[in-house]
Parts: sequence; structure tokens; C-alpha cells
Amino acid sequence: MLQKLQDNRNALGLLFMLPAAVLLVLFLTYPLGLGTWLGFTDAKIGRTGEWIGLDNYQFLWNDSVTRLALFNTIFYTVVASILKFVLGLYLAILLNRNIRVKTFFRAVILLPYIVPTALSAIAFWWIYDAQFSIISWVLTKMGLIHNYIDFLGVPWNARLSTIAANVWRGVPFVAITLLAGLQTISPSYYEASAIDGATPWQQFRHVTLPLLTPIIAVVMTFSVLFTFTDFQLIYVITRGGPLNATHLMATLSFQRAIPGGALGEGAAISIAMVPFLLAAILFSYFGLQRRKWQQGGAD
Amino acid sequence: MTTFDRRKFLEGTATVAAGTALGAGAIWAPAVHAQNVTFKPEKDAKLRVLRWSRFVQGDIDAYMVNVKKFTEKTGIEVRVDNEGWEDVRPKAAVAANTGAGPDIILSTNDDADLYPDKLVDVTDLCDYLGKKYGGWYPSCEAYLRPDGNKWIGVPLGTAGGMQVYRESMLKAAGIATFPKDTDGFLAMYKALHGKGTPGGMALGNATGDSGWTYWLIWAFGGALVDKNNKVTLDTPEVLKALEYAKELYQYFAPGTLSWLDPNNNKAFLDGQISVTNNGISIYVAAKNSQDGKIKEMASDIQHAAFPIGPVGKPTEYHLFFNQLIMKYTKYPQAAKEFLRFMMEAEQFDDWLKGCQGYVSHPLSHFEKNPIWTVDPKNTPYRDCTKNLRPAGWAGKLGYASAGALGDFIVPNMVAEAASGSKSPKEAAERAQKRAERYYKV
Repeated sequence: MLQKLQDNRNALGLLFMLPAAVLLVLFLTYPLGLGTWLGFTDAKIGRTGEWIGLDNYQFLWNDSVTRLALFNTIFYTVVASILKFVLGLYLAILLNRNIRVKTFFRAVILLPYIVPTALSAIAFWWIYDAQFSIISWVLTKMGLIHNYIDFLGVPWNARLSTIAANVWRGVPFVAITLLAGLQTISPSYYEASAIDGATPWQQFRHVTLPLLTPIIAVVMTFSVLFTFTDFQLIYVITRGGPLNATHLMATLSFQRAIPGGALGEGAAISIAMVPFLLAAILFSYFGLQRRKWQQGGAD
Repeated sequence: MTTFDRRKFLEGTATVAAGTALGAGAIWAPAVHAQNVTFKPEKDAKLRVLRWSRFVQGDIDAYMVNVKKFTEKTGIEVRVDNEGWEDVRPKAAVAANTGAGPDIILSTNDDADLYPDKLVDVTDLCDYLGKKYGGWYPSCEAYLRPDGNKWIGVPLGTAGGMQVYRESMLKAAGIATFPKDTDGFLAMYKALHGKGTPGGMALGNATGDSGWTYWLIWAFGGALVDKNNKVTLDTPEVLKALEYAKELYQYFAPGTLSWLDPNNNKAFLDGQISVTNNGISIYVAAKNSQDGKIKEMASDIQHAAFPIGPVGKPTEYHLFFNQLIMKYTKYPQAAKEFLRFMMEAEQFDDWLKGCQGYVSHPLSHFEKNPIWTVDPKNTPYRDCTKNLRPAGWAGKLGYASAGALGDFIVPNMVAEAASGSKSPKEAAERAQKRAERYYKV
């Protein structure tokens, strides 16, 4: 029996896939399924819910706080992801050059990513404090401002401040991954293009970018996913305030489900994030990974 | 779980001792004479307690001394885990939901009303303590005896949030005594702002310190709900309160819209604000500070009750602490015995002293504890449990009240109206809709 199993490629394949399948079902499919189910119930903490159909979603659609959280999440994700990409690519290209103490800089660039998110969030909480902000202090000492900047007390200031914190934390991931991608590009392409008289911009546009696109697609997919589902930074720095101006879907979901006790509604908010995340993934795969474009062809 | 009715109470493990019931006024106290009682712990019992992290060091020091005494006396090993108080709620909820976790949870506000059927009935223990120590304050019943019969947790007390101010700064602004009414309060804020020493209260999603917004709507005769749990936020009384908040806010220190719980402490101790709402922890921190400048500030710090609004009576909101025995525990009797031991005067008095005024007792007997008189600055915090109104006042507590509190509906409403981002009417309408969602339960 055992011998038969060992000789059967299909059976062996299934067997080897089993641990991964169990892990996926246990830690991914089951929670997602449970979350989806809860979203259709009025479950409260400590009380099993009853099926209420689309009631949660109907309420959330008309709920101004949820709509604001959706806007905040999209704004936060789009702006932070663009900034992370631009800065990350710039840093990657810089670090790919033959500069002195390259290894040191490569290590330093990773620091924000190494620091636990909660700790960096606390640091930013101090940096943005209405009374103790080091930025305001420096600007005041320099005579550039007379009153401390209310980074977190004004809705748009708070949105932009939290985006800045997210960018600071997320840039290393983008930069290091793109750097790895840059190093896979053979120098012969650059030599050939230089002989053909290509300018550095043309080299970047027609050699670097197309060859880097598959990595960009992957790294930006992850970056968008991480940003869209961000929780820790917001929870520590603003807890969704002021006036819910920085509430993201994830923080609102937590607030409603755990402190608010409305598990069903919180789950519905989380599940409402899925279509947006799927759209981001599909855009990345079908938009950025177009083979023709990568090979210099038309769209 | 062992059931424990009055017959067993008298026949079983109880040992009779003298005692008196001081049932007076609104305080709940059964007419039966108090008796000493012990619960017989299960064999090889071990207990795990999850409690909120101390706000003042003396709290946990005294608590652990009592825990050690309990272990020495009973041989029951007790492990105490500490978490930030805001983290206890989700952990307790998950424990209740999954049926696994600490045997005893020291949690806050109406947590017990979120999952009353997941908690051990502690009526016998509360009856006993109530009888022996002069009766529980009404707020304790509101939180932990929701049906008027069964106790679902043992009250521990209240972290009072009172007005904390710098006497010298008020004097410099021409304020001789702390105002007793809302008009005087507004005038004080205006004067302090004019002197460049403004006050401020949290308007961000601060779980504890944003509680002043409940005082505000109550002071003007408003409430989250009426006695029938009908949401009453979009009412003339609440609108008046919001108009007042708008006026008051213009004199606040900058940044209060983003303030979370620690912000006012930091600003106060740095001398940047003259008045705020807080527990006694600011004063205790100043008094015990190693920094000479901050230590010096302690003598200038004073405490006062929240001013009374047009409604004509005190309307205080504080952070209530409960002690819950989870139904899934294998050792309910040991857990009860532990809580009984900790609540007995021999232990509780020492713990209250250790808390240095941070926690106001739930039983009237402890009004006599010297901590309330040894330093006159502690006295305003003495009656916090006595005067407390739950956030879900005047309705019944439960999923809806806990949810509305956890979702910051009232603080958000006040913040929106105060900052001018919404008109008072718009803010009230929005809050009304949000609260109705919870009270649909």
C-alpha cells in the first residue's frame, strides 16, 4: 500500500500539498468564511448572531462615518502608495550605483522597516503632538512659525501626517525590493544602449522600467495591500480622530466590532474591503504585468 | 458551577460573625445581618487574573501584597497579568466568546453587560459584602445587577475623573474659587485663555478622558437615552449642551481635537494648560516626581467637582471597574474566595491607600478610609462611585450602551459641534442615527 502510494505521483503530490492546504484552510479560508458569515448576521461579542441578510451593508452604505472611512482609506492608500513608489524607486536607483559605503546605506535604509510599527507610531505620535512636536519646536526656534502646528487636530493635517508616517515606514520595503530587481538587470543592456547613444533618461525609460515592471507589480501589490489594511499606525497615533478624519476601514471595523461589540457590523466593514483589495490585485496583475509592454511593444 | 442559594449560604461554609447593615438612603443594603463567609476552593485550584495596568504604582504594589497574603493563607497560586485598561475589554470579550482565558477579569464600565450569560453569578458574594460593608452604591447595581436580582460581577470601584487645576493660574486670571456652575466654568475658561494659560479637555477618541462629554449633555438635561432606551440625542437639551461646547471650545488649548488619554496629562505636567479633567494620577505623578520642578507643582494642583449645569444637580461620569468571574473557569469557588478576600476591609483598606485616591470605593463603609482625609486634595475623588452615572444612563445597560460608548458617539458629536465642523443640529442628528443603530438591539 505504502509502496503503491510512493509510486503514484498524483497521490504523492496531494500528500505533499496537504500541510499547506490545511494551513490555508485553517488560517485563511475559515476566518474569511467566518467573517463573511458574520457580516450577514447581527452577532455581538459573546452572543451568536442571527441572519439579517444585507442589513449591515445597507446600514453601512448610508452611514456617514463608514463613507468617510472608505474615502480616507482610498485617499491614504493612493497617496501613500504613489509616494512610496516614487521615493522607493529613487532610493533603489541611488543605492544601485557605485557609491561609497553602499552596504552601510543599504542597511540604514531598512531601519524604519525593522522598528516595530507600534514603536514607530508612538514616535510619530510625539513628533506630531500639539504641545511637544519637535518639528514645531524646531520651526519655532528658527523663527519660521509662531504657533505650534496642529498636526493631528485638524482633519487634513491629520490625514497628511499619518500618510507621512506610513510612507516613512513603507519606503524601505519598496526600495530594497526594487533594488533587488535592479540588480537582476544585466549591465550589457546598458552598455548596448549607451553605444547606441541612449541618454540616461532613455535608458531608464526603455531598459530599466520595462525590465523592472514585474517586480514593481509585485511590490506595489503588496504595498497597496499593506497600506489599505493599515491599522497600527492609525490606532496608535490618532485612533481614527480627529472627527473620524483618519479612520480607515480596518480601524473602524475594529472599533465597531471589539470596543463597540458589534461583531457583525465590524465583520461587514472588513468584508467590504475585499472588493477593493481584489481590484488592486487585478490592476497590478493585468495592468502592470503586460508582457508586450515589458518587451518594448505597444499597449 | 456550584449553585449557592440563601439556604446554602446559611448552612454551608458560612461562619457567622457580628455585622451591621448600614442601608441608608439610595444605597442598596439588604436588611439581613452581615455574616462572615468563605467559599471552599476546589482542590488544586489555581487562578489566573487579568487586570488593568496600574495608573499609580501603589495600586499594584498593594494589590500584589494582598494576592501574596491570599496565596499564603489558602495555598492557591494566583497569577496576575496586567494589560493597558483599554486592551482588557477586547481580551475579555474574546475570552468570553471563546470560553478560554483568565479565571477572573478586572474590566471596565459595562463590559459585564456585554456577555452577562458568560459570567458566574456572584449574588451570594455581593449580598455578603453589601451587608457587611454598608451597601453598594447605586451605580454598582446599575452596572452589575442589570436585572435587579442577580449580580454578574463584583464592583471594584471607580477611577474618578474630576477637574484638575493650577490654583496659581486661576488666581492670576482673577478666579478665586473653582466655579460651581457651567456659566462660571465658561467664564473661567475665557479668563484663562485671555491670560495665555488655557485649559483643555480631550475631544479625540480618548476612551477615558472624553467622558467629560457625558457630563456636558447631562448637565443641560440631555441624555443618550431615556428610561425606555429610546435614543434622545437630537433633543433641545442636547442642542443647548452642544451650543455651550462650541463656546467653551474656542478657549481650549490647541490640539484638543486630537487628544487621546495621555495628552492632557503631559500638557498639564509641562505647565502648558491650567485646567483639565483627569483622575488623581496627575497630582500623584507630580507629588512623586523626581523632577524638582514637577514636584513643586504638586502644591499648586487642586481638584474640584465638575460644575453643575442648568439641570441643577451633579452629573458625573467616571471610569467604573468591575471584577468578573468567567463561567468557563474550573475554579469558581476559588475565584469567589479570592474576590471575597480581596474585598474584605483588612485587604481592601490597604489597597485603597495604595491607590492614593485613584480608585473610589464601591461600598459605603470605605468612606472612612484615611486616604480620603490624609490629604485634602484626595477628598474630591472620594464620592466618585457614589455620584457616578453610567454612560448609558438613564436606560438599561447592555450591548447597546456598551457599543455606543465604545464607538465614541457622544464624544464625536460634541467634537463635531464644538469645532464647528458640523452645526450642533447636524452633529446631534448624526449621533442620533448612529446611536439608534446600537439601541435597535
